[in-house]
Formats: sequence, C-alpha cells, structure tokens
Amino acid sequence: MASRKEGTGSSAASSSSTTGAAGKGKGKGGSGDSAVKQVQIDGLVVLKIIKHYQEEGQGTEVVQGVLLGLVVEDRLEITNCFPFPQHTEDDADFDEVQYQMEMMRSLRHVNIDHLHVGWYQSTYYGSFVTRALLDSQFSYQHAIEESVVLIYDPIKTAQGSLSLKAYRLTPKLMEVCKEKDFSPEALKKGNITFEHMFEEVPIVIKNSHLINVLMWELEKKSAVADKHELLSLASSNHLGKTLQLLMDRVDEMRNTSKQQQQKHQYQQRRQQENMQRQSRGEPPLPEEDLSKLFKPHQPPARMDSLLIAGQINTYCQNIKEFTAQNLGKLFMAQALQEYNN
Amino acid sequence: MVLLMFSNSLPSAPRSFSLDKMATPAVPASAPPATPSEAPAAASSPASASAPAPAPASASAPAPSPAPAPAPSPAPASSSDPAAAAATTAAPGQTPASAPAPAQTPAQSLSGPALPGPFPGGRVVRLHPVILASIVDSYERRNEGAARVIGTLLGTVDKHSVEVTNCFSVPHNESEDEVAVDMEFAKNMYELHKKVSPNELILGWYATGHDITEHSVLIHEYYSREAPNPIHLTVDTSLQNGRMSIKAYVSTLMGVPGRTMGVMFTPLTVKYTYYDTERIGVDLIMKTCFSPNRVIGLSSDLQQVGGASARIQDALSTVLQYAEDVLSGKVSADNTVGRFLMSLVNQVPKIVPEDFETMLNSNINDLLMVTYLANLTQSQIALNEKLVNL
Repeated sequence: MASRKEGTGSSAASSSSTTGAAGKGKGKGGSGDSAVKQVQIDGLVVLKIIKHYQEEGQGTEVVQGVLLGLVVEDRLEITNCFPFPQHTEDDADFDEVQYQMEMMRSLRHVNIDHLHVGWYQSTYYGSFVTRALLDSQFSYQHAIEESVVLIYDPIKTAQGSLSLKAYRLTPKLMEVCKEKDFSPEALKKGNITFEHMFEEVPIVIKNSHLINVLMWELEKKSAVADKHELLSLASSNHLGKTLQLLMDRVDEMRNTSKQQQQKHQYQQRRQQENMQRQSRGEPPLPEEDLSKLFKPHQPPARMDSLLIAGQINTYCQNIKEFTAQNLGKLFMAQALQEYNN
Repeated sequence: MVLLMFSNSLPSAPRSFSLDKMATPAVPASAPPATPSEAPAAASSPASASAPAPAPASASAPAPSPAPAPAPSPAPASSSDPAAAAATTAAPGQTPASAPAPAQTPAQSLSGPALPGPFPGGRVVRLHPVILASIVDSYERRNEGAARVIGTLLGTVDKHSVEVTNCFSVPHNESEDEVAVDMEFAKNMYELHKKVSPNELILGWYATGHDITEHSVLIHEYYSREAPNPIHLTVDTSLQNGRMSIKAYVSTLMGVPGRTMGVMFTPLTVKYTYYDTERIGVDLIMKTCFSPNRVIGLSSDLQQVGGASARIQDALSTVLQYAEDVLSGKVSADNTVGRFLMSLVNQVPKIVPEDFETMLNSNINDLLMVTYLANLTQSQIALNEKLVNL
C-alpha cells in the first residue's frame, strides 16, 4: 500500500478530469477529531458493489472488495473498486496479497486511482459488528488514516432503497486496539461504550457530467420499473427474521442462562437413571460433583460483550427504521380505504 | 509491455498476422472498404443503418465488390473518401432489397465459412448499466492524446441472447497507420477477473467514439481469437447528434465467394437489463442529474416512502390526463388501455370497514410493540454498560 502522501499526489493529478473540485461537501461527521467528515462515492462504485453481490453472494455469505480513491481535504472520495474473490475453495495456491497487488498495478496502467482507501462488505440483515470486521478495519485505519468500511445491505436495498453506510472506528477505540489490550480495565479507562465504537460517516453520491448524460440515455431507453417494492405492505417476513437475530444476540449476551439449563437437564437425566437402576436393584450411580462437569462460567470477555451490544444496537436501529416506514405505509392504506368508502 | 503491432498499409500484409484457422487471409485488403460502407451508414439516419446488413447473402452482393477495387491503391487514411462515394452509390442499390428490421438478418448474414460459427444466442445483446458507467469512466481517464479507449467485454452466453456483465479497459496506442494493443495486460486482467467470477467469458470488446475505423477491424480480428464471434460495442462519448449512442455489432463476411472477402459489421439490438437491486441503484444515481452540483445524499426512512409515493402520484396523474383526454375526445379510446385502467381501479380491495379497522389496528399494534421492545432492549444494554463499568 503506497504511502498516503505520495498516493494522493499522483492520483490527484490523474483524476482531475472526473471528480472536479465543485461542490465542497457539508461536513456533518461524528467526533471532531476524526479525519474524514464526509464520504463521496461515484455512481460507478455503487453499481459495481450491487453487481458483485448479486452475482457472487448467496444467502449468508459476505462478499468483500477493495475501495480505491483519494482524499481531498476532509472528504474521502471513492472513485473505483474491485471485488475480492471468496476464499472458500482452493485456499492453498491463492494468494490474496498477490491478487491485490496485481490488480492495483494493472489498474494503474489505465489511470484508475490506485490508492487504497477502504473496503466494502455486504451484510445479512444488518449483522456486521464482528471481531473480524473490527480487526480488518483497525489494520486499514492504522495504515491509512482516512479509510472507511462500506456496509452494503442487499436485502434492505431490494426492499426499495439503497442501503449503504460508511463506518470508521472512533479514535478512542483505535487507541485501545493499538495497545492490543482488550481487558476490562483498559476498556474502562478508555471509557468506551458500545455507542462509541463505530462512527457513521455521511455519504453523498456524485457523478461526472458524462455519466449524467449516460443516465439520461438510459432513462429514455429503459422501461419504467414495474416493481414498487418500497410501498409493499408485506412486512412480517423481514421483521420476523430481524427479531430472530436480535433474540439470538441477546441470548448470547446472557449465556449463563444456557449453562444453567444444561445443568438442570443433566441433573434430571441423572435422577431418571438412578430411579431405573433402583428399580432393577443395582446400586445407584454416585452423585458426581456438578461443578467439575460444568466448569464455573468465566465472565464473558469484555470486548465480545461490547461487540454484541453494538450489534444489538444496530438491529434495534434497523427495526425502528423499518417500523417507522411501515406505519407510514399503513396510514396511507387507511386513507385510501376511507376514500373508497 | 508486450505489444502486438498491426500494420495496415499493405494489402499483402495479411501474411504477417494471419492465423492458420483463418481460411481467407484477405481481411486487411478489404478492411478499408468495409468500414466506409459502415461509416456513412452510422452517420446517417438509423433507418439506413440496416441497409448494408442484408447485403452479404442478398442478390445485391455484387454491388459492394466494385468498391474494394479502387480502395487498396490509395493510402488507408484517405481510402475512406473514394470508397465512401462508391459505397453510397451502392447503398441506394441495396435499399430496395434491404429488410427494414435487423431481425431479418439472421437468415441472411451468416454466410462466412471462415468465421467460427454463427453468432451465438440470437441477435440481442443485453447490457448492464455498470458496463456503460465503467466505459464512460475509463474514457474520462484516458491518456493524453488518445482519441478513444478500448477494452474487453465479459459476460455469459445463453440460447436467446448474450448478456454482458463486466468489462475492463485495455491500454492501447493508436496512430495513423498502426495500432498496438497490450495483449498481455488483457490476458492478466481476464485471469484476475476469473478468480472472482469464474462464469464470465470474454464476449468481445468495446470502443468509445462514434465510428468504426480500420483499426477496429484489426482489433476485432484479435479478439476473434479469444472468443468465438466477438461482439463490438461502441459508445459515442463525443456526443454526436447530441446523444450518446450505444451500438453493438458483430462482424460478418461479405463479398463474392471465392474472391477476397470483406468484413462488415452488422448491428445488433441492444437491450438493457437490470437486476432488481441494480434498478434501484440506477434510480438513485439518476437523481444527480437534477441537483445543481451533481451531488445527492442518501435519504432516510420516511423520505424514501415519500419519494416512492411521489413517483406513484406522477404515474397516476399521467393516467388521469389520458382519461380526461379520452373523455374530451382528444385521444381516441383504446380498449386494452381501458381494461388496464379497470383492473387498476379494482385493485384497491373492497373490504368491510370494520374488518379493515381490525386489520389495521392489529398491524399497527404489532409495529408499535416491536418498536417498544427495540427501545427497551437498547435501554437495557445501555444500563448494562453502566453497571459493568462501575
């Protein structure tokens, strides 16, 4: 990965024809210390991400890719991207770093910005707050200060409107990760709550003039979209799935209860067996020390519970957004019915 | 950078790059006249663009053959003018025999034995919008002094059509009399792309600009080594006629059999396909056309519902306008449209008001309960944080 200053200089020269300096973005970003206040994405990147998921992602697998672009003042401009192959098959002779290097070198030949500014990932119903994501984003942000991770939610997009969010780690969390110390004391010292782990950066989409011309052409030639998914009233499926995921997470958070259940089950089985043996006249089995079988449950790692809390928070936000939309739609349906009668 | 140099000056040059599998090596000799026959057609109205198309197998086949005769002698750069004059005289001769729709060409233009096989998948090319955006973007990033950019098209073939789903640009150098294409780069990129999507094949190539030049024929021939009967896509970024015209061609042989054969580019129908999510993405991106500095933000919850309802409102007002026109007699009534309108009005379900009230209330209750639970969960985990941090 080229150093930031050198990369910025060379790519700024080459991309002057596309993203002109017009329209300085309004910065509404999170904490004041953060280096990036706004993310500006080219329409091309959006289309590529959508296409990548559509073709290569099925079900719960995530698809990932690399974002390329440059940094202009406090704005991060993303001008291109390329997908990462999923390393499920033949891991042996596939070298990720080599793939990335070759790709970037080739793209440099055709004047595409080759500065690595972040990565993107698809998500399943909004579950993306995982340790893996944290680690990846930390290594990116450590190397390149302005990098972001774009989370693309295909299911929500299919419901009517593009769902693309950009996240960065807060400076506080960066500090903690740098120390590599995830013990509860360090986290308490850093005063990190789940709300302060990730900060969302506002996104704008920008197109060059020529792409605008292309859009006009397409509009004239393509048929009108015949699906208005956004106004569909059928909501229970999506809501049900999100709630299920939420419940799973909550259970994870309180996983002592699961162990208690297991203890009870074990005891009951034991009792049954003993009764059977008594009826057959055999000596009962010795009472085993339960505490040896089920080791005393350690308090869950602080970082994990923080992540789970963050995930639960995301789910709740999604649910609230969803219900707000649906309430609006229901009231519209009501108005339509009243008019009919 | 490994370059493949094509030299276009001599008619006998074919020996330098003809392949064993090409039975008729006379491609470059008739390359200049082939393209001028396409060039005036491309510049003129689309109706006559299909005029050269039925030429190969129709009775007017001898008509183009006088055209190649004067062409080889002058230099290729100026050959376009005399040959163009000859071609335009030939074109009216062809119009009586020409079929107006390119749909009729499948039966006629697949005559060349040298080209490997008929065009697979009918006459329709389906494009995804991401390809066009990619092409425009690489055109904007072209090197200084380059008039156009070229690249490879990837995609899949099926029985009825060819679907182009990906592309990448290939560096090339073009001058008056030679063309150099970086083959190795193209191969490398294709390998890299294959790692991500193993189903994509090389389908052909694209070029920006509104014309097919002599160099195009040579590049096309190179690509025909990579893919059976490749497609050529042109995207007119110079905005001739005030529009960005997007056209696709496949090359066919033409001429008198037994003599030197010419190559001609036959147009294909281009259709745009979208995945559902792609459609939504394109709709969003299209909005930048309307904003002053071409910037839009992503909207949130109710704004989206509002936007969608506004669109439906527009559609409804169009329909209402049509109905009023019919009533006032301005437009004659069309029964099929009338039936559609009838089914539209009947789609609002007629439910007994009490039943509807119950349904509505239960739905609203569900949503409110879920919102309440979500808020409760959020406050619980916040409390948990506080407790743990004590």
